[in-house]
Amino acid sequence: MQPASPDTRKFFYEHLGLNDQLLERCLGEALSAGGDYADLYFEYVTASSLLVDESLVKSASQGISAGCGLRVVSGERTGYAYTDDLSPERLMRAARTAALIASGPSKQQVQGFRESPSAGLYPIAGVGSDAETAAKLDLIQRANRAARTYDARIVQVQASFADELRRILVAASDGSFATDTQPLARLNVSVIAKDGENIARGSSGGGGRVLLDFFLTDKTPEYFAVEAARQAVLQLGAVPAPAGEMPVVLGPGWPGVLLHEAVGHGLEADFNRKKTSAFAGLVGQMVASSKVTVVDNGTMPNRRGSLNVDDEGSPTQETVLIENGVLKGYMSDKLSARLMGIADTGNGRRESYQHIPMPRMTNTYMLAGDDDPEDIIRSVQRGLYAVNFGGGQVDITNGKFVFSASEAYLIEDGKITAPVKNATLIGNGPESLKHVSMVGNDLRLDEGVGTCGKAGQSVPVGVGMPTIKLDKMTVGGTGN
Amino acid sequence: MHTTEEQKKSASNIDQNFVTDIVAKALRAGASDAEAVFAEGDEFETLVRLGQVEQLKEAGSRALGLRVFQGHRTASTSTSDLSPEGIEQLVFGAMALVRITSEDPYAGLPEREEFGSLSGDLDLFYEDVYSLPAIERIEYARRAEAAAMSADIRIQNSGGGSFDAATGRKILANSRGFVGESRRSSCSISAQPIAQSPDGGMQRDYWYSSQRSLHLLDSPESVGLEAARRTVRKLGARKVATQRVPLAFAPEVASSILGSILGAINGNAVYRNSSFLAGKLGETVAGSNLTVIDDGTMVGGFGSSYFDGEGLPTRRKVVLDKGVLISYLLNTYTARKLGLQSTGNASRGLASSPSIGAGNFYLEPGTKTPEQIIAEIPNGLYVTDLIGHGVNIVTGDYSHGASGLWIENGELAYPVEEITVAGNLKEMLHNISEIGNDLIFRNSMACPTLRVEGMTIAGE
Repeated sequence: MQPASPDTRKFFYEHLGLNDQLLERCLGEALSAGGDYADLYFEYVTASSLLVDESLVKSASQGISAGCGLRVVSGERTGYAYTDDLSPERLMRAARTAALIASGPSKQQVQGFRESPSAGLYPIAGVGSDAETAAKLDLIQRANRAARTYDARIVQVQASFADELRRILVAASDGSFATDTQPLARLNVSVIAKDGENIARGSSGGGGRVLLDFFLTDKTPEYFAVEAARQAVLQLGAVPAPAGEMPVVLGPGWPGVLLHEAVGHGLEADFNRKKTSAFAGLVGQMVASSKVTVVDNGTMPNRRGSLNVDDEGSPTQETVLIENGVLKGYMSDKLSARLMGIADTGNGRRESYQHIPMPRMTNTYMLAGDDDPEDIIRSVQRGLYAVNFGGGQVDITNGKFVFSASEAYLIEDGKITAPVKNATLIGNGPESLKHVSMVGNDLRLDEGVGTCGKAGQSVPVGVGMPTIKLDKMTVGGTGN
Repeated sequence: MHTTEEQKKSASNIDQNFVTDIVAKALRAGASDAEAVFAEGDEFETLVRLGQVEQLKEAGSRALGLRVFQGHRTASTSTSDLSPEGIEQLVFGAMALVRITSEDPYAGLPEREEFGSLSGDLDLFYEDVYSLPAIERIEYARRAEAAAMSADIRIQNSGGGSFDAATGRKILANSRGFVGESRRSSCSISAQPIAQSPDGGMQRDYWYSSQRSLHLLDSPESVGLEAARRTVRKLGARKVATQRVPLAFAPEVASSILGSILGAINGNAVYRNSSFLAGKLGETVAGSNLTVIDDGTMVGGFGSSYFDGEGLPTRRKVVLDKGVLISYLLNTYTARKLGLQSTGNASRGLASSPSIGAGNFYLEPGTKTPEQIIAEIPNGLYVTDLIGHGVNIVTGDYSHGASGLWIENGELAYPVEEITVAGNLKEMLHNISEIGNDLIFRNSMACPTLRVEGMTIAGE
């Protein structure tokens, strides 16, 4: 732990004209019609992106977005208003608008704030200089060259670098106060391979709450470029995916998106408070095989889904969701914690100041087991081995979820054979993980590309998993 | 609670001069061409759950975007800071960035003679979306939910009923003399009931009515009843065996096939050869029963606009004519790359070069009713829901999670879930054997009921 960045507070106070008295006055106004709780969420985001396409620097952009969201909670009711004009008059007016949700006598005035310490999970960056822009450009030009030299059949390469610096300040009527400066960077490469009439795509990327040096030392542009090119060339020779129920082995890392869809969303507290989740009322029951332990952990240094504090100013934590197959608990924000009488797990997140916070995942992964990944593959007579995925989706009420394999192979007689074309895998959340019969010793987290959507709000997340075997799952191909 | 009065006050005083001034500032700072866009919007959302107000949201925002050129180099910036310092930063930030981008002979604003804006009134903006006092907005949302919940004893829970509205205003100006301004409005009612069967299995569904004017909306009751009908029919859904049977896609999911066509004719995918329809202009790519139109000029349409994101007038174009590919959707850049003319489909966000967007995009209806199409299927699936992102525009491979109702001897027999439907779009477009007469514009994309042969259901 270290003290919260004094610079972030100073930025909001000096650059945007805030002060303790103004925050107290706004919170007082927000509770002027009653209400149990109010908070202010200030956000100042600078974002930039660069694109190399057809070996040209085709696009360079940057943007600044700032504003404040004001929330008043009264029982189960939430009133929300936001403004991108941070003058005291507009803030007070937004507070009055949000206050209309409540109807009762004015609450006691808010006096004094307790500032949360910061966990220091990521580096504190300054705003990008010209030299830094040139360095980012160099990264994607390297990626472009590496992808093109990988194979003569690579005919199109797009390499992009996108980063943002998000400063937040949260002040609440319960006296909590937090600031944070959150870097987020991502390098992405997508390619097209062509061989005669046969065309395929491949993509790869990664990053996290990291600065430029990460891409010079940890994960280089060449690493991502070669991976994208490899996938595209591989897909040129892909056969139709099989159709029907079969054993499925999922590789380590990004296939953890299975957990995100199959159980993660269903364990967000709001859905369970409202009993709209297929997991509602299942705490203490077996929802997975005893080999399965799943956690959500917002405290991993530099990870895309990590946060020192969530968007309600609460510290993030490691939360056990499923332990040895038994459902242990939910991911919660302040509202659901209060209404359900459970702990706030620091999962209150929002896309921006224009959005109401709600329980969201951070980094969600399955802990490693004992099995050798090679034994897992050898154990399958005929099935699918899937190592890379596109997006997924879940209906949290009936529990049905899908995720789309972008790199997968047939397993025949315990051996990995032909690569197969894109196929969607479908399962039922509270049932699927009961079919997990082997869990590898090779836990890996994804490269840092995940973005999760819920109720129209997108937030960066991480996923992870060791190699696992599901005895049965439905594979949505067209082949036999 | 305040209503229209205060909403009007919050509308900004930013006018066209403000935006053309920014273009002028960029030219003074050394740009050879520049284009600025101003966008502002107001919104409110009302969510009622189990009869009680759960969320009220009300707000407005505004922002500026700038695209500059120096010869054939280009860069973009955006900001929500409209102060003189914010605009200074917008302009100088763009000028600093433009130095690092490459000369691209195809980059640049449209030619002067291409600019224009549709005349007449497209009926895109109605003041009335904000005319209801707060108490009545809540009542609309409450009525939609209540209608759904009283429709069937098995509906005892709900994701809520909502009434939302939004208005927006946009000004686009560039250094080649174009300046245009437009306003739009929208409002919607929705209900999301949750039904439970005696065995404990839960299902949810959703229905909505969305319009540009309050007086065009369906009644909250009809929205709630339709949501309930859609939800209850899913109860007791089961898996079916892996097999190949005819599929009937309900309009809501048939649009996913139409959406795939839209993705495949997007100029950005076409010039990169990363679309299964690239290089196919003038060729037969679909059955002769398929005609697809993109029309940005329809009065009141959700996809209508007076001018596109680069200041070109929108237009109506035939995309597929009886199965023959007639037109891609292009902006200026992709048109130049392909040696064609822009089709007026530039779509302009704030912080980047224009992308491509459709106007009102639809498949021309056939003559059979959906009931007739279903009645002709002896054994098959009526698909009502799709989930996932299983379309590969490069190869045409299509694989989605699905649920729906099994068709036995032309009758809807029982609900089905946890299956996938898969095929390849190149073949699917030739295998659409029936097109319904039920073309209804619920949003900017519309497709009638479709019967498709030869797709694979994966299940047990």
